[in-house]
Amino acid sequence: MAPHDLRRPFKRRPISDQQRRRELSLLRQSQHRSDAQQRARNLASSVISLQSSSSSSPDVDPEVLSEPCPTSTTTGHESEPSSFSIRQASSLRGPEARKWFASQLMLPEWMIDVPENLSRDWYVLARPAGKRCFVVSADGTTVSRLRNGSVLHLFPSALPGGARKKGVSGPAQSYSILDCIFHEADQTYYVIDMVCWRGYSLYECTAEFRFFWLQSKLDETGACDPPSFYHKFRFSVVPFYNCDQSGLHSAYTGSSPYVKDGLFFYNKHAHYHTGNTPLVLIWKDERCSQYVIDTDNNGQVPNQQHIVLELQDDGKIVTSDDPPVIVNCLNADFIKQSGLSPGSLVRFAIGDGGLNCVDGKFEKADLQYISVSNRARAFADSYSKIMFQYMARHSPVKIEDLASMISHENQQDKSSEVEMSN
Amino acid sequence: MKARLLYTRYAVVCKRGALSEFLVQQKADTSIKDKEENSPLQLCECKVGGPGCETRFQSPIAAAVEILGKASSLPSIKPASTKLVAMEVTQLLLNAQSIDGTVRKHAEENLKLFQSQNLAGFLLSLAGELANDEKPVDSRKLAGLVLKNALDAKEQHRKYELVQRWLSLDMATKTQIRAFLLKTLSSPVPDVRSTASQVIAKVAGIELPQNQWPELVGSLLSNIHQLPAHVKQATLETLGYLCEEVSPDVVEQEHVNKILTAVVQGMNAAEGNNDVRLAATRALYMALGFAQANFNNDMERDYIMRVVCEATLSPEVKIRQAAFECLVSIASTYYEKLAHYMQDIFNITAKAVREDDESVALQAIEFWSSICDEEIDILEEYGGEFTGDSDVPCFYFTKQALPALVPLLLETLLKQEEDQDLDEGAWNIAMAGGTCLGLVARAVGDDIVPHVMPFIEEKISKPDWREREAATYAFGSILEGPSPDKLMTIVNAALTFMLNALTKDPSNHVKDTTAWTLGRIFEFLHGSTIETPIITQANCQQIVTVLIQSMKDAPNVAEKACGALYFLAQGYEDIGPNSPLTPFFQEIIQSLLAVAHREDATESRLRTAAYEALNEVVRCSTDETSTMVLQLVPVIMLELHNTLEGDKLSSDEREKQNELQGLLCGCLQVIIQKLGSEPTKYVFMQHADQMMGLFLRVFGCRSATAHEEAMLAIGALAYAAGPDFAKYMPEFYKYLEMGLQNFEEYQVCAVTVGVIGDICRALEDKILPYCDGIMTQLLKDLSSNQLHRSVKPPIFSCFGDIALAIGENFEKYINYSMPMLQSAAELSAHASGADDEMTEYTNSLRNGILEAYSGIFQGFKNSPKTQLLIPYAPHILQFLDSIYMEKDMDEVVMKTAIGVLGDLADTLGSHVGGLIQQSVSSKEFLNECLSSDDHTIKEAAEWAKHAITRAISV
Repeated sequence: MAPHDLRRPFKRRPISDQQRRRELSLLRQSQHRSDAQQRARNLASSVISLQSSSSSSPDVDPEVLSEPCPTSTTTGHESEPSSFSIRQASSLRGPEARKWFASQLMLPEWMIDVPENLSRDWYVLARPAGKRCFVVSADGTTVSRLRNGSVLHLFPSALPGGARKKGVSGPAQSYSILDCIFHEADQTYYVIDMVCWRGYSLYECTAEFRFFWLQSKLDETGACDPPSFYHKFRFSVVPFYNCDQSGLHSAYTGSSPYVKDGLFFYNKHAHYHTGNTPLVLIWKDERCSQYVIDTDNNGQVPNQQHIVLELQDDGKIVTSDDPPVIVNCLNADFIKQSGLSPGSLVRFAIGDGGLNCVDGKFEKADLQYISVSNRARAFADSYSKIMFQYMARHSPVKIEDLASMISHENQQDKSSEVEMSN
Repeated sequence: MKARLLYTRYAVVCKRGALSEFLVQQKADTSIKDKEENSPLQLCECKVGGPGCETRFQSPIAAAVEILGKASSLPSIKPASTKLVAMEVTQLLLNAQSIDGTVRKHAEENLKLFQSQNLAGFLLSLAGELANDEKPVDSRKLAGLVLKNALDAKEQHRKYELVQRWLSLDMATKTQIRAFLLKTLSSPVPDVRSTASQVIAKVAGIELPQNQWPELVGSLLSNIHQLPAHVKQATLETLGYLCEEVSPDVVEQEHVNKILTAVVQGMNAAEGNNDVRLAATRALYMALGFAQANFNNDMERDYIMRVVCEATLSPEVKIRQAAFECLVSIASTYYEKLAHYMQDIFNITAKAVREDDESVALQAIEFWSSICDEEIDILEEYGGEFTGDSDVPCFYFTKQALPALVPLLLETLLKQEEDQDLDEGAWNIAMAGGTCLGLVARAVGDDIVPHVMPFIEEKISKPDWREREAATYAFGSILEGPSPDKLMTIVNAALTFMLNALTKDPSNHVKDTTAWTLGRIFEFLHGSTIETPIITQANCQQIVTVLIQSMKDAPNVAEKACGALYFLAQGYEDIGPNSPLTPFFQEIIQSLLAVAHREDATESRLRTAAYEALNEVVRCSTDETSTMVLQLVPVIMLELHNTLEGDKLSSDEREKQNELQGLLCGCLQVIIQKLGSEPTKYVFMQHADQMMGLFLRVFGCRSATAHEEAMLAIGALAYAAGPDFAKYMPEFYKYLEMGLQNFEEYQVCAVTVGVIGDICRALEDKILPYCDGIMTQLLKDLSSNQLHRSVKPPIFSCFGDIALAIGENFEKYINYSMPMLQSAAELSAHASGADDEMTEYTNSLRNGILEAYSGIFQGFKNSPKTQLLIPYAPHILQFLDSIYMEKDMDEVVMKTAIGVLGDLADTLGSHVGGLIQQSVSSKEFLNECLSSDDHTIKEAAEWAKHAITRAISV
């Protein structure tokens, strides 16, 4: 039996950095695991709350239902605001509110090529002409805000929590957020998407699910009724169709109570993603829109295409995409002369040299400086908008292209069926 | 370090597979115990040492085994004889130690053959050989060793097999072997007796828990007083090994009393034979764990303590040392029984520290270190949530001894060895004394300061380096423990002095300790929790400059300077957007890279320290410096690339190379976590393809450490890349699988399991094509008894990650995973309560199982296939109820468990409404969680309540 070693660590750290890395990794992993479960549960709780509020179960404590989830406020996922942050935001006022709401809409990309599986994976709907806005009902009022965050209307509505009136709108805590287009001619909010309903987030639900809830829930509240004292504007659901031949036809040529401004295409599986997304697309031609090609401030189509880009610190001018697409670079002298500063939105015209793109990047862009853009704008143009406008002037995507893609897909489906039955 | 080398070598030998198993084991085993007191370390050294080291073997048998080991790793020269050669076992055992390789090889093959064809006969003839005094010593010793290795192994699964094998032998054989072994104890040859002692203990370790060989203790002790000294010595040694081998609960108290009586009598000063007294003292050390009842009895305890204290005064140094070892063990095992003896023990230890041989003095200091350990633990528990709930009261022995103990320890600080900082294996009285002083400071806090300050003030500027170093070391030692308020003024005054000493002191030793002390200052007195910062705008520049300059000093000093920089950075961890280090960031990074590239960077673990500091500087950096961190990416990648280019390296070079790869992968991992999110993510991810390519090549190098680090880095990368990570999967997949199959280096396996979770969350359903392979391997891992148990709970959690990612596609794994979960749940229900460690493991197992259920339920939600889960609901509810009833779950389990209740209700809804209402969990447990102070538990409980309300209202 030998003596026992009694050496202790001398001038050493008790934990090695390697051990620390291991522990930090485990911590990160368990944090992410619990975030993932939290998300899965939140998704469910929105469903539960909808059902339980309609069946008005007495055991459900509204305090509990709308309890914000403190853990989800710290996760900081870029495109998925938690229900807590929405709640907080609904009480924001002034410029802070403007800033917050400006980044909350899901913005379609312009259709510069036709996606695959249109008929299987996509909805089509006719976009009403008017101003895209976010309608938030909470604490007894309803506010609509434009894409740049500024308030369009402040009014009472029959939406949940949308007026100072007890009754169907449910508990005072509850709030809803709708994605709408305000149509001036009939003073109606056309609802194109549902983001939150009665305090529960639908951000992480698929478009299929959101549209389904929108159709079934909006009407129950009386929001689609004609205006009254507690309900200043009428709401209306925009009909949507599977993007097959007949759906496309209905959306494109069918009659509607509103003036159309192009077609929206929604991927059925997409969650509500704030900012630009390729899973919602806008397409226009002369027949279904008065505004295919952008007009200037006087309503005239300019001879040259105008685009608005953002100036970065390093002189690069970029689109609003995330990550931004670099279009060109301004030299420092020019920036100084024109009094531009980083972050400025700058308007350019596209010269005869045109645009040339490869793989989503600009190879060449013939830009002519016009001016600093007006202050009401919150964003630069996106890549897809610039390209769609450019194509509209040169070689547009036509309704026939869409239709032929659908029939092509149908044939493929059929032929594969034949093979299977053999 | 040396142990690691041995391990590596051992592993290499194992992998070659050319060696019969028992010989491999005995090779490893000779390092454990040896009659001749070769310290294990010396033996290790011999095994890896260069030419001439054979002469250092003090025991011929160790040399023989060593030679055997080497020989058998040679490629096979001759095919083994297929027919059992009827050669006498003695000759076989001697030939197995022959210097002629061919002879040796042949003997080994035959031994192996003999064992495989007739196990009982083989073991019996080994025992007979061992017992036969007419046989040569060498063959007897090897016989004993081979026999011992047929009873025990290091690997759990192998050990289990050997135990079963022994138990299944026929009783006649076993009885005969036992008799041979007992007979050997009276052999005149010391080595042979000692070998027999160990073998008896191994047999006892197997048989006593089975209630076999009940007469063993009785027959050992029957006539111990009449035995000749050498037999008495062997008997006591056997009792010691026996106590080490078996657990106290399988030995009756009556036997325990007899053992202790014999042992303590053997220790008594009246025992005239020193060998007997030494064996008895060492046996007591092993038997202390059995003496619970005896320590509760005042008279018996007094007697034991008196005999131990007397033994510390024996004229024989080995006995004194062994007696102090007993005191050290008593300090931690019977702390609460010591009050009565402390005055005497202090006197004994003080005398030993001041006057005795260093081997004894070190044990005497260790006694006080152990007392401090105990008191630190107790006071920590007092400070914790359950105030006053601790079973053991604090007697404040350290505090009472302070006025005498501190001067004693300070004296030892002046006994430094030259160059002790350059020798990684060094351990001497100055080091032990300083370490103990640090523990005293932690145990008594503020009170230590006035006892140490005069010493520091007197000696810090003395011309003799020993005095300056001792003063500095004393200062560094007391920085942890006392409150910042108490230390702040002193530290502020000392800081400038230290910075000056670090650059100007002529002694390497003083500079080493000064840099270490600066590191301690930054570790304990710098950070967001300290009210008045000691690092200000005025001195920050100077501190950084001095540390950077010091990083160019000798490797041991530079290493401590890197450590100081580590804590300097750490103190700014949550500084906000502007870090005071920002102006120096570039310079710090450059300097650390330069240190890592020093020619002598592999000395004093300097390179490791440099990369660790670099990691911490990056971790604690702010957005202001993210561009500079970005610039670091290609630099580290290039270095990693360079390590992969080296060709034809010696094994030593390769080991260093692998270590460097591990460090670089670790560094990249830290950078990925820093830059892999907004706003740097997009720029950073441009490196992802290349980085991934490098990691894959690192896997090809087959080094466990580097593999683990690369794997962790990939986990972080997957999180940053999200669904884009899918493109790496085709190439990466095989390494995932390889990691999951690595049972031996279980850290690699554990890390791989964690990374699968990362990938699930990144890829979501895109992971589906790989799930068959992953699930198969995970299920295999769970079934394996070779895999370290700590990896199993995370595997269950990983089931949950997969289910959540692939949703109802998990269907096809339900039939496999659910029964696994179920049986693990049953196991965890029955396993708890044994001890703290077991409770902790049980809770981690429960947590894993529960996380699996959560993931599966949430994954299946809203799918028509939820029906498949209904049959499992009763068991899961039972499991939740049983966890609640056991009352030993921790908060993590509580939160996960109540969440599972909600998930079950949420997914299965009205199908299980009735079942849920019947469960305890849905009532008492839920209410308890609803009123929890922990908001995460409360939140999970509210979610569960809500889901249950819904499930039972429909």
